[in-house]
Amino acid sequence: MSVMDPRDELVTHLPAVRAFALSLTRNRTVADDMMQDTVLKAWTNMDKFTPGTNMRAWLFTILRNNFYSSRRKLNREVADVDNTYSDRLAVKPDHDGRLQMSDFKVAFDQLKDEHREALILVGASGFSYDDAAEMCGVAPGTMKSRVNRARAKLTEMLHLDEDDVLELTDVETLSVVGSPNIPS
Amino acid sequence: MTDEEASKQERINQYINNNLKTILADLAEDEMPDEITDLLMVLRAQDEQMKDKK
Repeated sequence: MSVMDPRDELVTHLPAVRAFALSLTRNRTVADDMMQDTVLKAWTNMDKFTPGTNMRAWLFTILRNNFYSSRRKLNREVADVDNTYSDRLAVKPDHDGRLQMSDFKVAFDQLKDEHREALILVGASGFSYDDAAEMCGVAPGTMKSRVNRARAKLTEMLHLDEDDVLELTDVETLSVVGSPNIPS
Repeated sequence: MTDEEASKQERINQYINNNLKTILADLAEDEMPDEITDLLMVLRAQDEQMKDKK
């Protein structure tokens, strides 16, 4: 059985790594800068990657470490410790009661970085709580708590706990919910 | 939590996960920026040079 060269394997993960970078930074220029750093670091440290382990998790870890490291250096994040900003941005369903994907994106962008990251890793990328916790350097319980808080915040902002909201999602969303083509 | 509440929570979680998967899938379909493809070419060329030197 032939084993893929790890540098070739790295290239196959780049679309997913870039999607993670974009969801984390919410800014194409910053995401692409981080992608370049990540590719460079991974390529030049390929001898530190253990064959047979999860390369995507390794690349995501390098990228998120870059992100938090540069964020600390630049101190760019606007503090929102009491969530007053997020609370004001609560999304109401459209006049016909349907939730649009655009509403969801607006709400998701309001989550704290750590909460967005937790949902992307566990909810969308299929990493286990243990793996996601290891990637983020926290305890599994902390990761579970972040996922639960992120879900609770989205539920609150999108009023998902109101009985009729999920019944009245738009056609696009319904087709997505039923789609078998979503990558895990 | 009652069964009904647990079922509702499960539907909410599923709705959130599915929307996030769609967002990520859309983002992953973006064309790779030239800077990244150029960087990969440079790195591969450097590797080839190193191999030749050995």
